[in-house]
Amino acid sequence: MLQFSFWDILSNLLVATQWTIVLSLIAFFCGGIVGLILLFMRTSRIAPLEWFTKIYIEFFQGTPLLMQLFLFFFGIALFGVEVSPWAAATLALTFWTSAFLAEIWRGCVESIPKGQWEASSSLALSYIEQMRYVILPQASRIAVAPTVGFSVQVIKGTALASIIGFVELTKAGTMLNNATFRPFLVYSLVALIYFCLCFPLSWWAKKIEGRLNVAR
Amino acid sequence: MSYKLQFTELLPYWNVLLYGLLFTIVLTVVSTAAGIAVGTASAAARTFGPLWLGRIVAVYVELIRNTPFIVQLFFIFFGLPALGLKLSESTAAFLAMVINLGAYSTEIIRAGIEAVPKGHIEAGLSLAMSKWEVLRHIVLNQAFRKIYPALSSQIIIVMLGSAVVSQISAEDLTYAANFVASRNFRNFEVYLLVALAYLLLALLTRSLLRALGRVIFKAR
Repeated sequence: MLQFSFWDILSNLLVATQWTIVLSLIAFFCGGIVGLILLFMRTSRIAPLEWFTKIYIEFFQGTPLLMQLFLFFFGIALFGVEVSPWAAATLALTFWTSAFLAEIWRGCVESIPKGQWEASSSLALSYIEQMRYVILPQASRIAVAPTVGFSVQVIKGTALASIIGFVELTKAGTMLNNATFRPFLVYSLVALIYFCLCFPLSWWAKKIEGRLNVAR
Repeated sequence: MSYKLQFTELLPYWNVLLYGLLFTIVLTVVSTAAGIAVGTASAAARTFGPLWLGRIVAVYVELIRNTPFIVQLFFIFFGLPALGLKLSESTAAFLAMVINLGAYSTEIIRAGIEAVPKGHIEAGLSLAMSKWEVLRHIVLNQAFRKIYPALSSQIIIVMLGSAVVSQISAEDLTYAANFVASRNFRNFEVYLLVALAYLLLALLTRSLLRALGRVIFKAR
């Protein structure tokens, strides 16, 4: 029988951690891009676009991420396309992230005084130009702290990809536990690794937030 | 798409799904009540208690907030029996949710407590109110009023997060969905239905909490 030493367990977990990081990064960046598009649609004052984004955000914020993963995993398969857990997890996490980021950023955009909109529109800027040159540069300053804070949620969200069979940190933990029967040690290490990934981000988010409050 | 969705095949399993739904609701309600109690106690301990107690609370909060719920759940359900503490699926699920919501609500309630002006506490003490009376009638009363919306959305997040307890085979709504899917292989149909059930539950919870808030905080 294969024996696992402490270092074997740890090194296997660290290998799997890479996939947690890769999945988090992809979900965060793709989610950011989709979220930005949603933000433009949500603040466009074109009714159908606004309704679409409202329903989209309501759906992704109002259902469990786990259900979304299942829906993507089994839903895409209905079209006769073979879906890997990797593809399903990436898609589900991207859309989930985009809904939250769009809503966070909308709050930041709406906190910009109305006069800024009026002044820029009286300078004959189009909606896209207003956003690009006037609103977003100001809103992005406020947006940094909650966005960094949300990245912690994304990292924690990737843990659910283990359930549809994507081998990342949590799944590796489960597999190692099945092989070694040392659940206390394995899950402590898994939790510790997640903590090491998330805590610096949480701390950073808090720091930026504090700095913003001083500036005001 | 050549596949036809067949929702009628879910009908024979309505009682399984209903049981799951009830389990999720009960689990959420009970762990919300207990979680907020834990959060209130830890927040009060962190702001008014001795330094060492505050430190312990801070470590607890940061540990929980920076690890995924599913890992906490696995740790409690699989890890603790190694130390001799065996828990049933539902107890482990309940415990994990209380610990999780406890940590998040500690941070939320603490923010509310810190927003209470110091003068109010001093005024209360100078009116010969005891420490407990000040905490109950002046500090917590105002704190909860302020943080009620944030707490409400955290409750909904925890409710949605409870889908994960199906992974230790606690028989919640997601467990019921997995069960039905494993019987009739209508995966997409059942998950879609259950996702909509969660959505409905989230919307209902939100309006219910809003109405409740109006009743509780109507004075003023």
